[in-house]
Amino acid sequence: MSTIEERVKKIIIEQLGVKEDEVKPEASFENDLGADSLDTVELVMALEEEFETEIPDEEAEKIRTVQAAIDYINKHSS
Amino acid sequence: MTSPLIGNLDGQVALVTGATRGIGKAIAEAFVAAGATVIGTATSEKGAATISEYLGAQGTGKVLDVTAEGAIEALIADVQSSYGKIDILVNNAGITRDNLLMRMKEDEWEQVLNTNLTAVFKICKAAMRGMMKNRHGRIINIGSVVGTTGNPGQANYCAAKAGLIGFSKALAKEIASRGVTVNAVAPGFIDTDMTKALTDDQRERIFDTIPAARLGKPEEIAAAVLFLASPGAAYVTGETIHVNGGMNMA
Repeated sequence: MSTIEERVKKIIIEQLGVKEDEVKPEASFENDLGADSLDTVELVMALEEEFETEIPDEEAEKIRTVQAAIDYINKHSS
Repeated sequence: MTSPLIGNLDGQVALVTGATRGIGKAIAEAFVAAGATVIGTATSEKGAATISEYLGAQGTGKVLDVTAEGAIEALIADVQSSYGKIDILVNNAGITRDNLLMRMKEDEWEQVLNTNLTAVFKICKAAMRGMMKNRHGRIINIGSVVGTTGNPGQANYCAAKAGLIGFSKALAKEIASRGVTVNAVAPGFIDTDMTKALTDDQRERIFDTIPAARLGKPEEIAAAVLFLASPGAAYVTGETIHVNGGMNMA
């Protein structure tokens, strides 16, 4: 069983088509990983599916970096 | 023989709202003939049964009241779990509540806007997630010539249909990069139950405004919709195809 961090990173790699070594904790989806606004919406959708959770819009807006995504899932997955 | 580019929908799943009769039925039948599986919606159980009957083995009728809370989301989830995906969405369901604006009640305005415009927003929102994931989808919204020309007694209907075109263009820009196209087809006067109610005198006057000097057939709308749903139309998005016998040329 992979850790949450590994699963989140795998989704980011798949969704944004980036390389594993680019997915650093502080990397910003839009500024560093080349995501546009639709990419980030799709990324949140993919996270929701993987972790069977619903991320409210106001929370989704705050998930802008790799670490923020990992932190959110850690905090909200049961 | 069908061309692989136009009119071949083998293996595709299509959802057509308002498919009991008229234009919606013609679209559903054209899709079935092209090889698609079709889910057609009606507002009543009886309508849904009618659709199931004419679709036969290649589809089914479902009840959908677009104004009922949660009904749209439930239907999309149902179709996706039964059929695995929705490739093509045709927003055809619509109503009229005609009245001169001086007499138009707020209720008449709201009913038309809710069914003809707000419901389209909700259906698209519910269906586009799967399309984006599949990197393939076709959304076709049925507008009307009066959305462009205006028509006395139909301020509500004209506003909703004009709104539909702006909506289609905005959504087309948002999701073009995901292989999903969004277009509109704007029919003129088509031979349906609605226009059968016209008197000979009214028909004559309408014909005077139509260079083709006749009403359109539902199948002629379905043909334009089939084109937009076909593989060959993948690069057409944000467009409105006017099918009106020359009555209004955009």
